[in-house]
Amino acid sequence: MKKKFKCEIDCANCAAKVEEAVKKIDGVNDAKVNFMLQKFTLDADDERFDEILKEAVETGKKIEPDFSVEM
Amino acid sequence: MSPKLKSEMKKIAVALVIFFALMIVEKSGAAAPVMENRLINLILYLIPYLIVGYPVLRKAFLGIRNRQLFDESFLMTLASLGAFVTGQNEEAAAVMLFYQVGEWFQSYAVGRSRESITELMNIAPEFANLEHEDGSVETIDPDDVEEGNILVIRPGEKIPVDSVVISGESMINTAALTGESVPRSARPGTEVISGCINGEGLLRVRAQKDFEDSTVTKILEMVETASEKKSHTENFITRFARYYTPIVVCAALALAIIPSLITGKWLTWIYRACTFLVISCPCALVISVPLAFFGGIGAASKNGMLVKGSNYLELLDRLDTIVSDKTGTLTEGCFRVTEVIPAEGVDRMELLRCAAYAEGLSTHPIAVSIHEELERMDPEAAAKGIVPEDTDNVSGQGLISKVDGRTILVGNEKLLKSHSVPLTEIPTSGNEAATVCYVAELISEKESRFLGTIYISDKVKENALRFVPAMKRAGVRKIVMLTGDRSSVADAVAKELGIDETYSELLPQDKVARVEELLREVPEGKSLAFIGDGINDAPVLTRADIGIAMGSMGSDAAIEAADVVIMDDDLMRIPQVTKIAHGTLSISKENIVFALAVKILILILGALGIANMWAAVFADVGVAVLCILNSMRLITIKKTI
Repeated sequence: MKKKFKCEIDCANCAAKVEEAVKKIDGVNDAKVNFMLQKFTLDADDERFDEILKEAVETGKKIEPDFSVEM
Repeated sequence: MSPKLKSEMKKIAVALVIFFALMIVEKSGAAAPVMENRLINLILYLIPYLIVGYPVLRKAFLGIRNRQLFDESFLMTLASLGAFVTGQNEEAAAVMLFYQVGEWFQSYAVGRSRESITELMNIAPEFANLEHEDGSVETIDPDDVEEGNILVIRPGEKIPVDSVVISGESMINTAALTGESVPRSARPGTEVISGCINGEGLLRVRAQKDFEDSTVTKILEMVETASEKKSHTENFITRFARYYTPIVVCAALALAIIPSLITGKWLTWIYRACTFLVISCPCALVISVPLAFFGGIGAASKNGMLVKGSNYLELLDRLDTIVSDKTGTLTEGCFRVTEVIPAEGVDRMELLRCAAYAEGLSTHPIAVSIHEELERMDPEAAAKGIVPEDTDNVSGQGLISKVDGRTILVGNEKLLKSHSVPLTEIPTSGNEAATVCYVAELISEKESRFLGTIYISDKVKENALRFVPAMKRAGVRKIVMLTGDRSSVADAVAKELGIDETYSELLPQDKVARVEELLREVPEGKSLAFIGDGINDAPVLTRADIGIAMGSMGSDAAIEAADVVIMDDDLMRIPQVTKIAHGTLSISKENIVFALAVKILILILGALGIANMWAAVFADVGVAVLCILNSMRLITIKKTI
């Protein structure tokens, strides 16, 4: 399942860092953090989607405290 | 301005006030005993420093913990802490303050350009009105619309999915998608595109596609992914920053240690090393170059030209050869009378009138073009609406009509020969491209008279004549036309438009081969673009460096195969998008050269001890602000229709 969210991210470099980290999470097929459009796209396994999403947001926050996702 | 930006602005303002107050007190010597105490001085300057600098310190710390050293926060933390160590408290606070001012300005600028672009991409429909079988109407999410659903579109509403009109009439505003200001009319049977805005009328439509596959979704996805496809310039900057920052940190370390060991003046050299660090911050480049590309893509989509990625702007900037399809791209694919040549003793208008009246009942494209010509040349005669009493269509030859009491033949050579019309002198014309249409009158069984010849050819698009010179001005070396049409027709069109090379009578697979040959002729570092209507030339569009699809609103195949999509049918959009590409590339080059030049200059001055930390702050923040302002010029490119 692929879903898009509005997100807050402060710089292009931070977006790239978060993107890379989220992609490494187990169950994530693909992830994108678009700095210019402030959009977070997550493509992950259907059954565990909500769980993975939560983990992705937490991972992002750990790297960039300013990262937040509007659910 | 977002709430976050506002609160940051307040913080910066408070810190600035405290900072300047402290500076005045210190410089005026009003509270000399207090300010001269090193510890008190340090604590006082730490107040504004921490107010604005806390998030930076935290980020630098997080960077160290996550082993992602060497970013801006790290540089700034190191430099300002170093300045505190050397006792330059005032300058340490200043570095952090102005760094944050610069950061704030960057966020503001990016936010502004983001707004101006998302605003124009504000085409996503928010709801759909679903009509149930019992006639009741329910408002639903466009995502829930299914193919075949009946939808009601009220005046002023957005069309939620690609659909076809069942009843009602209206004018549809397509400006958000095409940049075209003239609304299109919609009546039963018309296909309407999602994202367009309904005019005054109420429409009932049948959904032809799901929301997911509708034009509006495709376009939004395209624009979103566009900023992810990075250009070489952007990639260069990212890679550059990755190596540059560690190198600079090492250089600064060397600058702090080596001269100190020799001279023993540790504080002086640590201070100089800190100055060096502040200057070296790569933010100006890292933010302004992608911003220029983002602006370029935005400016293009504002005018109905969708560029699928920054890399295509870069390729457009280096355009060398343009290969174009003929029919439907350079020509309209419909016919026009180009010449009317009467036989001796026949009036030119008389010839045209005879032909037009004789063709009065025909809807053949050739007949239509003769009607149009009469309307243009002699509107009164056309308005009479004379139609033949009887028309006999002779397949593959033409027609014979009884009109106004005369018997008129309009057709090719065969038709006239079969009625033994004396065709002693067939006037030849230089225009080989034309279809020739002879006109004659049968006076009696035995007697006939040749009236003249009408030449008809495919109409060249109005803008095509301006297109070639405009592309040449934009720096294109060669313009090539490919067509499946007869060579006589192709050569004539090429001559009229000023095209450099023409290849005719090509089969679709020949086109790919020809483009590959042309690609080999393109000089190193230059690019080739192919322009087509996107319907049957998808393979060629993919093969070219840049595939440009024209007039493709609503054509999925084109949107998928092409790299640049021109939503309306205007050829002049291509020189326009090339101009935007030139603008984008020159702005990003200006930024790179300017930022690096200033930085290197001040780096040298800083290492020599001539430039102090204030100059360093300018080299960092000032340059970043100037570069961002330069990049923002593109976004403000006016909307031209």
